[in-house]
Order: sequence, then structure tokens, then C-alpha cells
Amino acid sequence: MTATEYKAGTNLEKILSEGKFAVTGECGPPKSADGSVIENKAKMLAGYVDAVNITDNQTAVVRISSIASGYTAMQNGVEPIVQMTCRDRNRLAMQADLLGAHTLGIHNCLCLTGDHLSFGNHPEARGVHDLDAINLIEMLRRMRDEKKFDCGEEMDVAPKFYIGCAENPFGDPFEFRAIRLKKKILAGADFMQTQCIFNIPKFKTWMEEVRAEGLHQEIKILAGITPLKGVGGARYMKNFVPGMDVPDEIVDRMAGVEKGPASHAEGKKLAVEMIKELAEIEGVAGVHIMAVEWEEAVPDIVEAAGLLPRPTVA
Amino acid sequence: MITAERKPFDEILALVGDKKKILVAGCDTCVAICLTGGEKEAEVLASELRIKAEQDGTGAEVEHTAAIRQCEWEYLDMIADKVEAADIVVSMACGIGIQSMAEKFEPKLVVPAVDTNMLGMPQEHALWLERCGACGDCVIGETAGICPVVRCSKSLMNGPCGGSHDGKCEVTTPEKEDIECAWHLIWERLKAQGREELMIKNRPPKKWNLSSSGGPRKMVREEAKLV
Ligand code: SF4
Ligand code: SF4
Repeated sequence: MTATEYKAGTNLEKILSEGKFAVTGECGPPKSADGSVIENKAKMLAGYVDAVNITDNQTAVVRISSIASGYTAMQNGVEPIVQMTCRDRNRLAMQADLLGAHTLGIHNCLCLTGDHLSFGNHPEARGVHDLDAINLIEMLRRMRDEKKFDCGEEMDVAPKFYIGCAENPFGDPFEFRAIRLKKKILAGADFMQTQCIFNIPKFKTWMEEVRAEGLHQEIKILAGITPLKGVGGARYMKNFVPGMDVPDEIVDRMAGVEKGPASHAEGKKLAVEMIKELAEIEGVAGVHIMAVEWEEAVPDIVEAAGLLPRPTVA
Repeated sequence: MITAERKPFDEILALVGDKKKILVAGCDTCVAICLTGGEKEAEVLASELRIKAEQDGTGAEVEHTAAIRQCEWEYLDMIADKVEAADIVVSMACGIGIQSMAEKFEPKLVVPAVDTNMLGMPQEHALWLERCGACGDCVIGETAGICPVVRCSKSLMNGPCGGSHDGKCEVTTPEKEDIECAWHLIWERLKAQGREELMIKNRPPKKWNLSSSGGPRKMVREEAKLV
């Protein structure tokens, strides 16, 4: 494939297009103006992941903006995937920010609905939700491919984005989840990252539905992994994070080791085992490792999973 | 119907301030049905204010009344005498009734004693649930008669989001427990109707300019005008 045939020409797009197994990471900007936090996280992940998601006011808590942080990450050696939620911006602000991200050299964007404001630190704010994630994907695809704003007006220079979406294979109604992925493909998504997977059998059932519809051939699927630091995190996710499915045996396994270095090692080991198992599933094109506030675990996990060195693409 | 909840007493007191002739005005339509601002509730608030005035020795006099519908000029005419005699009207009507009162008797001081909160329906005795956001572009013909604008916490046109779980919405706060996920309901009802394809197609962004985002709305019925 020549450079001109790529939709955006990002490292992530090239790796996935060449059929190489991709590894993406995740980085949460800080709740202060301290940009060195992103710098350090980016340096930690450089060379170990192909691109890194930069969250957008994650869990509805104010942080450095994803685009500004994405730029910092880029300058420190990692390709950013900026996340954009529909919660905090209307269609004007989103288009303006996307044009801006392009001019800064950012060309991966993950389109999300966004966690509800009631989870965050400004519950009294007005939730925007002018568009939903599917509308956002479609708007971005039309900007890129048709050089059109949402209103239909044309622009001279189109922003180039490799368009991502998220899907939760464990959300309800379960039977609708593969259909929803199809809707996102129709809207224009190029790659998809899943919510963290702990229940592999259920994920496999979901992938069967995805393959039955041939969706894995139309979108690159990255399986989400979150390494557990200890049993506390496992229990918290099981009980308090919406849409999360953590089986008892995982909680029990983490409960069986002492909190501290032992549980950290066990959490990494579990993550490696899961990556290996997920990589075997037909239609899984890569993994997305979400070690938020535990970024230093990523290099060990990627290495132990046999995913080094990361491929270089022209 | 329009629903409202009474404001905390201290907030009402602060709005009333040092006025001496107070009229509490209820409305016998929606706010009476939701047990917030009908004649009975106006009488209760008037006695509370009277007791407080006696305790504090302010000498304030408190009356009460109720309009059949506070949002229509002719019903306001029926209580005009009482309104004219007061220094302040503490209205227990919905936001529309309160504004009608303030406009009709301008520059009379009219303050709200309730917070108007939704277009809802009485689901069961003493329980009201929001059903419509008056968005100006009703989509429920394609969503199985279930409103995604106000019943989905994110007003999604292509739900459900990833937070939908066991039929419940991801939003649970102490005030909002066990909210049903509107899109789960829509999916189930469309299936029962054999119309799932309506949820499989992508719905375009909503035209919010037809809602309050487009500025205050106005409706004229030319054919109904009296010449
Ligand atoms: S779609 Fe609009 S008009 Fe229809 S019920 Fe919902 S808010 Fe009301
Ligand atoms: S869980 Fe359902 S109702 Fe709640 S925001 Fe998501 S789609 Fe809307």
C-alpha cells in the first residue's frame, strides 16, 4: 500500500493495515497544569506501544485537554490517539478541535459518547450530548472523505483521521452489541477498542457474532486489557464500574496473593496470559492495554507477552 | 402534565423578604394534581408563613387563593382583587403560571414557591416520571413510543451506550436510583413489534434548533385566529 492510499497514514493505521498485531496503550492527563506528567508517561510507553490513547476528561473529571496532551505525547516519542467525547462539546467545538488536532499533526481520533457527568467532579455542569458517538464518527468521516462540515459546507483542506470507536462487549442488551458495532462501521469507524475484558468466554461468544456478520473484516478490533494491581481494583471494577464484567475466579486469583509486589506480579502475569489467549481469537487485530496510573507495568507486560520489538512501518 | 416541587421554606422566606401583605397563589391544574401547588398546598404554605410572621413579630398578613389555571388571562381576572391588594404574590403555579401572573399584574412583585421540573406522568400514586422534553421534533414514532431525548440520560439518537446494564442506565445517583435504560426499553419494544430494523439504521444528529437551543419558541395557528 502506498502512502497516498492510507486514510490518515498514522503508525497505527499502517501497522493494522499490514496485518501486524497492534499494541496500544492509554494515558490519562493530570488534574492540573503539570504537563510533565504526560511527558513522563509518554517516555515510559515509547517503543512499547504503537500508539497511545489520551483520555478526554475521563470519568467526567477535568484534566489537561486530550489534544494538548496528545501533542505533548507526540513530542515525547509516542503517537497519540486523542479521545473525543460528546459530553463536553457541541458539533461546532468538536469540528474546530478536530481541525486543530490535524494541524498539530495528530491523526488518530477515538469517538466516544462519554461517561455521564454525574460520575465526575462537576455534576452540576450542563451535559452537551449534541451528537452521539455514531453521529461523531460519521461527521469525522465526512470531513475526511467528503471535505464537508456537518452542515454540508465544503472545506479546502480536509483533516485526516484514522477513526476509532469503542464498544463494550459486556454491555446490555448483549444481543444488540454486535449490531451496534456494525452501526459504527457503517458510520465510518476504522478501528475499535473494547472495554476491558476479564470474561474471556463471554468475549469469545461476542466475537463469534462479530465474525458471523463478517464485521472483523470491516474494522480492526483491539481487545482491551487492564492489568490488575491487586484484589481491591478487581472488586471495585466488578462492583462499581458501569458495564464491567469481572468473573469471580479473577477476583479469587488476585485475592490469593499478598498485596504489594506479589499482587503486582500476579496482575501482570494474568494480563500476559490474557493477551496470549486473546491474540489467538480470530478477528482480534491487536490489544489495547489500559494501565491507567500504572503505566510502568506496560513495558514488562508487552515484553513478557512476546510483543517486542514493536514493528516499524515506512 | 407539568410537575413541580415546593421550594425549601427558607428559600421562600428569603424571596418574601420584609413584605407585609403576602398572597400565596396556587393553581388548580397540573401542580394541584402533583400535590404541590393546588389550593390546599397554598393554604398550608400560607399558614406556615403566618406562623413564622407571628413568631418573628413582623406583622405581616398572609392570604391565600388559587386560580383554576394560572396560565390563562381569564382565570387570573377571577383573582385580580386579591392580587391587587397584596405587596407580593408567592405563586405555587408552574413556571408558566408564575410568569403569566407577573405579566398580567406588572409591576406587582411575583415570586416562585416551587421549582418546575418536568413534563411527566403519574406512574403510580405519588410517583411521577419524566416523559417529554418538548424538543419540537418528536422522534418516538421510530423509537417505539419511548422518548430518547429525556429518558436516555445522554439524549442519544443511537443508543444504548456502553453503560447500559441489566436494563438499567449507567447513571445512578442518590436522587436517581434504578433509572431504566431507555434504549434497552426501545430495543425490547421494537423487537416485540417486529421493527428492530429501526434501531439498526443510523439516526442522524438531532435538530436541536427546534428545541430551546433555537431560542424562545412561538406557535401561531392562523386557522384558529378570530378575525
Ligand atoms: S422526542 Fe421530543 S417531542 Fe417526542 S417525547 Fe421526546 S422530547 Fe417530547
Ligand atoms: S445507559 Fe441507556 S439510558 Fe443511560 S445514557 Fe446509556 S443509553 Fe442512555
